[in-house]
Amino acid sequence: MMKSRNLTRRTLRTITALVTLILAPTIFAAAASNYPMEPITPNLRDQPSLQNGWALYMNYCIGCHSLKHQRYERTADDLGIPHEIVLENLVFTGQKIGEQMTTAMDPTLAKQWFGAPPPDLTMVARVRGTEWLYNYLKTFYLDESRPLGANNKIFANVGMPNVLQELQGIQTSECIQMPKIAENGGEMRDPLVPGQVITEERCGQLVLQEGTGLMSAEEFDHAMYDLTNFLYYVGEPSRLERHRIGVYVILFLIILYVLTFLLAREFQKDVKH
Amino acid sequence: MAEGQEKAAPRTDKGLMGVVNWFDDRFPLMETWNYHMARYWAPKNFNFWYYFGVLSMVVLVIQLLTGLWLTMSYVPSGEGAFASVEYIMRDVEYGWLLRYLHSTGASAFFVVVYLHMFRGMMYGSYRKPRELLWLIGMAIFVALMAEGFFGYLLPWGNMSYWGAQVIVSLVGAIPVIGPDLMEWVRGDFLMSGITLNRFFALHVIALPLVLVMLVFVHIVALHHVGSNNPDGVEIKKNKDANGIPVDGIPFHPYYTIGHDLPAIVMFLILFCLVVFYAPEMGGYFLEKPNFEMADPLKTPDHIAPVWYYTPFYAMLRAATYPLFGIPAKFWGFVVMAGAIVVPAVLPWLDRSPVKSMRYKGMISKAMLGLFVICFFILGYLGTIAPSPEATLLAQICTAIYFAYFVLMPWYTRVEKTKPVPDRVTT
Repeated sequence: MMKSRNLTRRTLRTITALVTLILAPTIFAAAASNYPMEPITPNLRDQPSLQNGWALYMNYCIGCHSLKHQRYERTADDLGIPHEIVLENLVFTGQKIGEQMTTAMDPTLAKQWFGAPPPDLTMVARVRGTEWLYNYLKTFYLDESRPLGANNKIFANVGMPNVLQELQGIQTSECIQMPKIAENGGEMRDPLVPGQVITEERCGQLVLQEGTGLMSAEEFDHAMYDLTNFLYYVGEPSRLERHRIGVYVILFLIILYVLTFLLAREFQKDVKH
Repeated sequence: MAEGQEKAAPRTDKGLMGVVNWFDDRFPLMETWNYHMARYWAPKNFNFWYYFGVLSMVVLVIQLLTGLWLTMSYVPSGEGAFASVEYIMRDVEYGWLLRYLHSTGASAFFVVVYLHMFRGMMYGSYRKPRELLWLIGMAIFVALMAEGFFGYLLPWGNMSYWGAQVIVSLVGAIPVIGPDLMEWVRGDFLMSGITLNRFFALHVIALPLVLVMLVFVHIVALHHVGSNNPDGVEIKKNKDANGIPVDGIPFHPYYTIGHDLPAIVMFLILFCLVVFYAPEMGGYFLEKPNFEMADPLKTPDHIAPVWYYTPFYAMLRAATYPLFGIPAKFWGFVVMAGAIVVPAVLPWLDRSPVKSMRYKGMISKAMLGLFVICFFILGYLGTIAPSPEATLLAQICTAIYFAYFVLMPWYTRVEKTKPVPDRVTT
């Protein structure tokens, strides 16, 4: 599932082409959104998912967003990928396996292009949460009013272009006919025409133009799950080890508790009340 | 040490006793041991609430040890601090464990200290002759709050930065000298690496020294006056022929092993459950914005201190009226500081003929209950964004918080108390 270097170069070229068109710096502004979020449960034991997530990150994200607190070697070992394969397919900067995952982008230039340098994302899953990340990655849409031609449902007026568009395809925000929802939460139906759903126009709904991306909607959802899962891992790489060691520590303490409790009881027998 | 001293056994210099005697000839080894442990007579009716003193010491040791090892890899500078914490989390062997033990330890410290203080308030442990013991305890509490505050800046996360900024800016609200004083405290025109460095020095050297010395003095004072108990009865008033309190038992081994040891292990089980399975505690022990590096240009949406300061933070925000031409912020600071130190005068506010809540009247019980409820409500309000309703509720709770203290001389005198037994009950 490793993406080729060409893909990265192409993505980088696209970004560079886009950003050089924009001279006026834009300011990053996070606004609270009430767009419905799909829930997600990360799974650190799913190594193929984490591996695919890492590949996606190295191909689509590291060009701008570093993971500067995390090292290639640690990641490779935790994700079960041999070092040679990592160096061959995932390290595009000529770095050594023990080095941290920095970005090749010059922060001074990045600031000129975007208004602020793209943030490091090592701990983004700990700051934002996995649910936010997953939905954020999926809700980019075409918006010509924005300097970089893209907007986002979860992070309104986001300051980055839609770099995943070639995978997902073109997504737009439209007014569409949707089933009307009754007060009890069910879909409203026409009493005169059996089975006919009553619809209403709702705006701000995301519509995907099928066939415009390299992936189907389902494949893209999987890919974004993998990417989110990987960022969850990078946020705290020792989480699995923590859970593993915790079991032994707690078991030891429970046994110690029983022994100390019995010992204490022997002493309490001496105390006359 | 005269009381309770049995006839000394003939001296033998063989084996282990020889070593002990060698030290004893040069240092008051056995005397100290007996005075503080084997012949320290503690009331035999200690209950659940008497675990939290020893647990505070356990947490102090955890904090000192993990703090020492964290210092070995931490870089106290504006450029390096944040990255060094992540270096500890990722690259240092078991660094994540040290860091979570320390961050969870900070919260655990306040849990056990708040419960320890509540015990004192409930059983009148601050009453004569334990006024000084209580005052030393209050000094420990204030030092602990300062220690926690300085320590919270060190990860150099965005909440560290803005939380410290909010508290330090309170100094700036002091009339006339405020702005200059604030600059002097920060050592810079804004919170910076310079501020971080001095907070680091205070956190790892000055305050731990003060804390350890105060804890030592706290124990010395305690063992001089003797422990109170749930009945508030002085066990020293009732001694046997050998001068040993009839209701006292040797602290060691009956309390060390017979009472505290399993409690310490139980505490460690709960503590480790948090460390290994919920170190962030849903954002209450480690706040989410703190996983982002400090940024003077990016204020978090909602600045909230860690849970253990939130009751006092809510009281700070509850002051919304400027008085005498001085901004409300300054009065908020006065209210907050007042709320922290006001328990220190409890020994002189409580005029009840009895010590323990067991024998006090209904008003005292109701006031203590209200006090606790308000403390919890304020703690919650301090975590949420302010709103007119929340501010009003915080003002009411602040009033009740202070009423508990201010009205105490009155309600402890007028209420009807129950008769206190001569001996401790079980």
